Amino acid sequence: MPTNVLYLIEVLANGLMAGVMYSLVALGFVLIFKASGIFNYAQGVMALFAALTLAGIMEGQVPFAHMINAVFGTKIHHFGWHVPALAAIAMTVLVMIAFAWAVQRFVFRHLVGQEPIILFMATIGLAYFLEGVGDLMWGSDIKTLALGLPQGGSRWLEDATAGWGGDDFYGFFIDKLDIVATGVAIVLVASLIAFSQYTKHGRAMRAVADDHQAALSVGISLNFIWILVWSLAGFVALVAGIMWGAKSGVQFSLSLIALKALPVLMLGGFTSIPGAIVGGLIIGMGEKLFEYTFGPMIGGATENWFAYVLALIVLVFRPQGLFGEKIIERV
Amino acid sequence: MNAEPDTYVTADGRTIGGVLMDLRNITLRFGGVEAIKDISFGIREGEIRAIIGPNGAGKSSMLNVISGFYIPQEGEVYFRGERRPQLKPYQVARQGIARTFQNIALFEGMSVLDNIMTGRLNHMKSGFLKQMIWKGAAEREETENREHVERVIDFLQIQAIRKTPVGRLPYGLKKRVELARALAADPSLLLLDEPMAGMNVEEKEDMSRFILDVNDEFGTTIALIEHDMGVVMDLSDSVVVMDYGRKIGDGTPDEIRNNQEVIDAYLGVSHD
Repeated sequence: MPTNVLYLIEVLANGLMAGVMYSLVALGFVLIFKASGIFNYAQGVMALFAALTLAGIMEGQVPFAHMINAVFGTKIHHFGWHVPALAAIAMTVLVMIAFAWAVQRFVFRHLVGQEPIILFMATIGLAYFLEGVGDLMWGSDIKTLALGLPQGGSRWLEDATAGWGGDDFYGFFIDKLDIVATGVAIVLVASLIAFSQYTKHGRAMRAVADDHQAALSVGISLNFIWILVWSLAGFVALVAGIMWGAKSGVQFSLSLIALKALPVLMLGGFTSIPGAIVGGLIIGMGEKLFEYTFGPMIGGATENWFAYVLALIVLVFRPQGLFGEKIIERV
Repeated sequence: MNAEPDTYVTADGRTIGGVLMDLRNITLRFGGVEAIKDISFGIREGEIRAIIGPNGAGKSSMLNVISGFYIPQEGEVYFRGERRPQLKPYQVARQGIARTFQNIALFEGMSVLDNIMTGRLNHMKSGFLKQMIWKGAAEREETENREHVERVIDFLQIQAIRKTPVGRLPYGLKKRVELARALAADPSLLLLDEPMAGMNVEEKEDMSRFILDVNDEFGTTIALIEHDMGVVMDLSDSVVVMDYGRKIGDGTPDEIRNNQEVIDAYLGVSHD
């Protein structure tokens, strides 16, 4: 096989894996938007907060340590224990559920029936608030997530494929963490779909997403469903936070990955779970491929803007995205 | 109010029981507009109760008060002899009061079967974790409810469209699916907001027959709003007539037919 074809395959594979990461973030957006019409700007910060909480719990950090020390003049920072990964994940899930409840109880319950732009503004406020709380609770230093996930290039794959394209080809380089992330994303999406299709609460969730009035008339509590949806989005945020955090450390720039989810959503449509997945994959592959083929000609760094330009083009021709519901209005 | 006899038997042999839902001195205002003015009436167990009146008379508002979508400023609602506290619409639904809407409120993206299954949500008791793990009890419960839903589907003769997304159905069938969803809940009180609006004669006949059958076979108490006087007179056991938010008549179809105030309202005699 010619070397450049092999390189192309490698580029596409890596793009696919990067796309999975984008999809994970976009998924959280879609869940909330579908069920409540809220575009949740805070989704990225939720991923950051979840990752911070997980890292903090695992290291046995005392939450709000700086605040406590400042008020009481103590010098405590650590409990002096380490929590095993699985227990810490379970505790973080509980924290995210509590967060979902609080968001519903203290913010959106008071904003029922408001314009979408107002709800959106509320989520911007929520994002900054949560970022601040994250800082207060766990401190602003970069943390590592020592979950024991495999990392680095897959040696096995490299060895197996080395020499395919002659002596110059050293084999495919694919990060093991990306492979794990792909597996996790597949399981996550499959279980989300199974949940929404085959369980009572899933059916209620779809009902609320479809028609509020009708949902009320069959006895569904909107409040409960919204808490459920925010909890699910919190869980998805945790998964995304774990994957991104394991890749580049838990730091506050993590909240910016939300911005990368925007073009994914424009491409896939705001209301479609498969759309979020396919949109993420297309963007991931597209930007790697573009960088590989055209990058050298125009000075590189195309990955910074390619996704947005692609989304813009899609917006011109299909404003509802590739998978979104078509908006037809009767005159 | 209490002077009425407890039960009686209709000409076609159905037994009508005591008052199931009692509305006492209901007043509902939207800002300065009084949509309902001091209205009282009861709905008896097992009867078909019609609410009629010209457009804007406050009929739908009345239904919305019963189903908890509107909260009246004054008056009391008694259900099964007990005063009902202020409830949210979903809580009213959980008490066994199901309804349909004038403008059809279905889950357009879901299949007919899924739509009707949502009507069973209140009969599914297994909790969140059980559902997640999805074994044993939860599965059995799903099957039981599914069987019930299939009976409703058979009853309303919509087997052929079970798997069709509701959004693709014609208007008349949507109305029938909405009725099916309400019926699936096994309601003790069924509220129908203009079940025959916009239908042709044939569809109206079908719908009338279904309403009568539901009442006859399951003994379901039904309160309905309808414009077609012919249909109302044939269907109902008793009729409430509203005009400009007031009650101007209450009685059997025959009594209503001969009520001068009702005739005036329908023929358009000027209001002072």
